[in-house]
Formats: sequence, C-alpha cells, structure tokens
Amino acid sequence: MSTDTAAAPVESTPTAPETKRARKHRKFSPWSVVAWIVALGFFFPVAWMVLTAFKQEGDAYTTPPKLFFTPTLDQFKAVLDSGIGTALLNSAFATAMSTILVLVLGVPAAFALSLRPVRKTKDALFFFISTKMLPIVAAIIPLYVIVNDIGLLDNIWALIILYTAMNVPIAVWMMRSFFLEVPGELLEAASMDGASLWTSVREVILPLVSPGIAATALICVIFSWNEFFFAVNLTAVQAQTIPVFLVGFITGEGLYWARLSAAATLAALPVILAGWVAQNKLVRGLSFGAIK
Amino acid sequence: MTTIAEKPTADGTADRVRQLREAKDDSVSRAEGWRRRGPLLPALIFMIVVTQIPFLFTLYYSTQSWNLVRPGSQAFVGLQNYVDVFQDSQFREVAVNTVILIVGTVIISVVLGLLLALLLDRAFLGRGIVRTLLITPFLVTPVAGALLWKTTMFDPVFGIVNFVLSPFGVGQVDWVSKFPLASVMVNLVWQWTPFMMLLILAGLQSMPRDILEAARVDGAKPFAMFRELTLPHLRRFIELGAVLGAIYLINTFDAIYMMTQGGPGTASANLPFYIYQRAFLGFDIGQAAAMGVIVVIATIVVATLALRLIFKSFTGNEEAA
Repeated sequence: MSTDTAAAPVESTPTAPETKRARKHRKFSPWSVVAWIVALGFFFPVAWMVLTAFKQEGDAYTTPPKLFFTPTLDQFKAVLDSGIGTALLNSAFATAMSTILVLVLGVPAAFALSLRPVRKTKDALFFFISTKMLPIVAAIIPLYVIVNDIGLLDNIWALIILYTAMNVPIAVWMMRSFFLEVPGELLEAASMDGASLWTSVREVILPLVSPGIAATALICVIFSWNEFFFAVNLTAVQAQTIPVFLVGFITGEGLYWARLSAAATLAALPVILAGWVAQNKLVRGLSFGAIK
Repeated sequence: MTTIAEKPTADGTADRVRQLREAKDDSVSRAEGWRRRGPLLPALIFMIVVTQIPFLFTLYYSTQSWNLVRPGSQAFVGLQNYVDVFQDSQFREVAVNTVILIVGTVIISVVLGLLLALLLDRAFLGRGIVRTLLITPFLVTPVAGALLWKTTMFDPVFGIVNFVLSPFGVGQVDWVSKFPLASVMVNLVWQWTPFMMLLILAGLQSMPRDILEAARVDGAKPFAMFRELTLPHLRRFIELGAVLGAIYLINTFDAIYMMTQGGPGTASANLPFYIYQRAFLGFDIGQAAAMGVIVVIATIVVATLALRLIFKSFTGNEEAA
C-alpha cells in the first residue's frame, strides 16, 4: 500500500477477506442507496454552482429553481472579462512558488528527522507542529506592520513566504512518515555496496518516496490556493488572489448569481481536481502523517 | 494501508544512531552531527523567523496603547489592554460565539462523519464515486463555498433551502439574517464532515477483520459489535479528528466574512473576525494584539491535547508524555 500512486482516483483494491465479504453484500443493500443519496446531497451545492454558472441571470432567479435551461457560456465570458485572469494568475503563482519552497525546505528537514535523525529530533518535530497550533490571527497585526515596512504590501511574495511557513510543518510531518517507511535493509545494502549518502538518497530513497512528495505537494496546493485570511489583509488590487477576487461578489448591489457561480466554479475547480487526485493521501496530510 | 503508524521504525533508527554515535570519538561525532543537522537548518531557521518573531511583536504591541488613527499615540501601558479586553462585554460575547461555533461544528461533523464512514465501510456499487462526491465540500475554496451558501442556498426567495423545505410549510425565511451563527455553522459542518469521515473511515479500515468475523460467528448482534468492538477502536481516530478539527476551526474567518460580516452586531462574530475588525477597521493595534495573545493562551489547552494525540499515534505511548 505504501507504494500506491497518488494518482489513483478511486478506492484502492480491497484486501482478500474484504472482497469476499463484499461480494456477499454486493447483491443489494438499501444502505448503499442511502449512501448514494447522502453523497449526492453533500455534493449538491457544488453541482448547483456548476449548473448555475451555465445559466442566464434570468434562469438563475426562478421559483421553483430551474433544472433545465438553455446553457450559455456568457457568464464565463463576462467573468473572464472582469479581471479574474489576474487573480487566477496570482493564485497560481503564489501556490506554485510556495509549494516549491515548501518541498525544498521541508523534504530535507523531514529526512534529517527520520532516516538520519539529528539529536533533538523530538524537539524539532514538536516545534514544527506547534507552529500550526498558533491561531493565525495572533500574528496578523505584526505581519501587516512588517510587510508594510519592507514594502511588500500588495506584493505576491509576501503571500508566498507566509504560505510556505503555513505548509512547511505539514510537509515535514507528512514526508517524515513516508521516509520512515523506507526499509532500513535497503539503505544498509546500498551503503555496503559502497554507495555514498548522496547516491543512496538519489537512487534508493527518492524513487521510493516520490509518491509521497507528489501527495505532499498536492495538499500544499489545496491549502495555498484556498487561503483567504492573509490574502485579504495583505493584498489589494495588484496581488489579489482568487478568494479575494470573489469578495467582490458579496456587494449587495444587484443580483448576479449566474456570474457569481461562474467565478466560484473557476476558483474552486483547480483544487477540487487536485483533491480528487490526492484523495487517498488526504487523510495522511490532514493528520500530519499520524494516520496512513 | 490505514493503520496508525507504529513506533519500532522510529525507535529502532534512533537506537542504532545512538549506538553508532557512542562508538565514535567525539570530534567525528560532532562533524557528523552538523552533517545531519544541515538539511534541517534552513527549514528550522525559516520557520523560527516567520512564525515566532511576529508573535513576539504581538506580545510587545499588547502592552502598548496604539491607535493607527492617531499617529504618535503609541505609549507603554503595561497590562491595561488586557484589563480593557476583559471588561469588554462584546469580547466575552464573541468568545462565547467562538466556542459555540467550534464545539457545535466539531460535534455535529464527527457524528455525521461517523455515520457516513460506516456507510462507506462496505463495498457497494460506485463506492469510489460516492467517496469522491463526499469529500468535495472539503476541497471547495471556503470563500466560494460560503458565497454559495449565502446566496443560492440560503436566499429567502430563490434559495434552495427554502424550496426544499416549502412542503413542510416553511415560508421565505431569511436564514442568514435570522440565524446568522447557525447558518455559518451549517456551512462549516458541510465543509468539515468530509474531513471527519475520511479520518474515521481510515480507522474503520484499520480494524482487524478477523475479530469482527469471530464475533459474528459467535453470534454477536451488529449493534453490540459496534459498541463493544468498533467504537473503542475508533476512539483514537475520533479524538484526533475532534482536536484537529478544533485547531483548524479556531482560525475560521472566511465563512463569517463572506456570510454575515459578524453581524448583526456581533451576533455571529468569532474571535479572529472580531480581532480583524478591531485591528483593520478600528485600527486599535494594542487591544487587538492583547486579544490575539489571549486567543493563543486559550488554544494552548486544545493544542497540547492535539500534540499529545498526534505524538501518541506516531511514536507510541511513552514518548507522548
């Protein structure tokens, strides 16, 4: 199981006894109908968002709500004309850069806390995770003052640095759990063969943990893309990210649900896809590697 | 695949390292120590600078009377800000809201997550798709999710919620204005139930099947099996879900900002939103900082619990202390 790819979109193959049990129940169970209904219920707001995005505004405001209508791409065109492009680019840049930085900092740190552990490994691990326990709001005021002083207000790099700090602890803990799965015999065998540390890292360890790196990256992408608190406080027009862009739609003037839905769809789509791809590793990232 | 990590790997490596280190002479081990520390230091230094220094500033600001509207007004006032904050009835109201929001959301989403996980812990047609659909609310950009709930779901005239409830005689209820905190909570439960479900599902799938099978053969009733075997096994996963959920939910801001702006009054404001208001709309840096410090102190209890659980899951009981 540790070697499955992060790209597997659906549930992995069940173990043998499970399959047997499954077959017995597979015939028909009312509970599977319940599961389907509940799942569709949870998914409904998202489905409705996508549906509304293809409506004319007139079709979006009806009682009863309209399920069938002539679809249109007008709303997407309108949203794209209204400057969502800049916000999407900002979000993509902040997400990509911070994720790269997280991996550059986090993967070696995780290595130093697992396979070749430093002396105070436990303390270091404790420190990393404790930073995630600090409420972000407690740091926002000085961050605002500092960012303002060094002239990074409304600059995407301020967000990149903060998103990196936000995700490094997750990456360290998650990657550590992947490193610890590398069988020790493999490393010993490599060093017996006279492989240098760097060679065994490159030839043995990295190939084994690369699915873990991919999953870690996807989870960082989800968190950075969706982040709002820093973005709304530290950016304005130039560096605004996609969640900040969406704020423009809460103004009470006029009703533009269809356009709003189109914008929300464009905003949410990338992370929904990333999450679907990473879903088998989602738990591991969210629980800091504590649950596999 | 879904087991709590076991300790032998970590301990084994650590022991071997310790032995190796003792065997070598001091200067060699010092050089080796730095070689080992090398990969760790950039991340460590980066995190100390970015996360600890701002917090020290927060501590410092919290002792200052400082309003950005009055330049040059900055002065040391000791603990006066803290006194003011505790006498601020709005702050107390908001603190209560924060607790209600966290506890309510965690309890409801754990219960729903448990039920969903039980439904999904059986093979049926399209289980993979069902799981994929169920986790989607957690992935949707929270700002977009809150916007959708406020408009297309909760709108009094055209919203789906009133449409669905209309056969039950519910009229055009303006949910967000009438029940602001509950509306925010619905949005949060929708978002966090998938998280709990995933965690608890991982717990269910790590259950040893042979025990269940043996109990079944012995003629145990399904509910008795659930109470005596499944629930005790899940306890750890539920605890972990609850504390992690609480840690993440303390930072709730997006939903309130988008749906209610904390209103009416402070009826639906939580601490992050209130502090944001005081700092960025009221420009009262000193008091906002003091509130930030209070929030941190209040969360230490939850955080300690969370850390213990995570360490326990990872490294075994004796290291958790």
